[in-house]
Amino acid sequence: MVIIENLHKKFGKNQVLSGVNLTINEGGIFAVLGPNGSGKTTLIKAVLGMVIPNKGNITVLGENIYKNSDYRHKIDYLPQIANFPSNLRVKELIKMIKDLRKPTNEDEQLIKLFRLEPFLDKKLGQLSGGTKQKVNLVLTFMFDSALVILDEPTTGLDPISLIRLKDLIKAEKAKGKTILITSHIMSFVEEVSDEIVFILEGKIYFKGTIQELKTKTQQPDFEHAIASILSDNHA
Amino acid sequence: MRSRWSYVYFGFYLLLGIVLLFLNNDLSKAVITLMNVIIVLVPLIGTIFGVMYYYNSKEFTELLLAQPLKRSSIFLGQYLGVAISLSMSLVLGLGIPFVFYGLFQSSAIWDFSLLLITGTFLTLIFTALAFNIALSNENKIKGFGYAILLWLFLAVIYDGLFLMTLIMFEDYPLDKVSLIGTMLNPIDLSRTLILLKLDISALLGYTGAVFKQFFGTSFGIIVSFVTLTLWVVLPVLRIMFKSKKKDF
Repeated sequence: MVIIENLHKKFGKNQVLSGVNLTINEGGIFAVLGPNGSGKTTLIKAVLGMVIPNKGNITVLGENIYKNSDYRHKIDYLPQIANFPSNLRVKELIKMIKDLRKPTNEDEQLIKLFRLEPFLDKKLGQLSGGTKQKVNLVLTFMFDSALVILDEPTTGLDPISLIRLKDLIKAEKAKGKTILITSHIMSFVEEVSDEIVFILEGKIYFKGTIQELKTKTQQPDFEHAIASILSDNHA
Repeated sequence: MRSRWSYVYFGFYLLLGIVLLFLNNDLSKAVITLMNVIIVLVPLIGTIFGVMYYYNSKEFTELLLAQPLKRSSIFLGQYLGVAISLSMSLVLGLGIPFVFYGLFQSSAIWDFSLLLITGTFLTLIFTALAFNIALSNENKIKGFGYAILLWLFLAVIYDGLFLMTLIMFEDYPLDKVSLIGTMLNPIDLSRTLILLKLDISALLGYTGAVFKQFFGTSFGIIVSFVTLTLWVVLPVLRIMFKSKKKDF
């Protein structure tokens, strides 16, 4: 599905990624974890072609992404911070993104799911952070692509929306999609993900199931397992 | 771009056109006054709007980048959106009052069209330069600073330096130097073009005569427009080049 080979990225003097090799197979939920500033978002943005790597190759669904934009038709991406043009209405934004990609009717169902109907005629600048995130989720999930990338999907969501999001993610997985998630909420990751990828200092430190991680670190639960990696590496 | 500001800008020109026509009661005089306003104001507005738009729509740009769109089309689209809406405000805002005043029956129509054409060129040039500055500077304050400096340099400081050089080297024949110097600055070039078209080159003295010889010919006009076009094309190319390499 996604093949990343020897990926290097530097921002000025700051080496963020140093030789990441990662293969993500089709189907399932992968969580990308790591401390703040470990390069999770950079890695995801490199896959999306928003960050241009200094070295290395990325292949998505058999297409090399270098100087290519068509492959993004097959990716749904949820950006970390949802900041939309404040003078557009929610309805107009949804319509605009549809015009850019392809017609779809999934949005109606998603709007119902996240109870967004009362906000459709409001301007995006007037929405609260959580509501913006819901709009963001609608925009992401309405296209039904094979690869879904979610960067901190839980930000700002209330508990009931969080439950709906989890259900949604599980439903998408059941359709055979590949879902890539970054999150700092460990309970969320533990609940939804099949496999985790742990990034530390610009390299893949661990890739495998949560069970394997627990065995490797000899910790009884997931949260402590992650904490033990971090404290062992003084990060 | 659904910006309230472009309407304000349009309204401003509309008002300016009407007021000038009432005060002057004469088309060609109004054109001269307008020239002075346009030469300074258009670049300033183009620069500020360009920088402001880029920084304001940054998050939205990131949203677009994740969509299946080419980078060059995203940035060119944004650039054209700003530049064209500003040009439209200028052309319509000034055009409407002048047309109602009876522009088509007047001999000033060519002067006036030249004014609008150079105004449009200046908008295109300075918006492109502003986008370049904004693309190269992540820091908003720095970007704004550089943009204003650029405007100040081309609109004011350049002329000063230019004059100083002319005075310092006054013993040498300076026709060519001053010609080239004028060509290199889009604001000076536009000003000279309009002044000569308005036939008030006598005000410029000896250099005016030299300029008239050059800019008055069709060759001079063509060279001037080629230079103005280059001033648009080069920054736009840099926008495309820069945007391909940028990380978001």
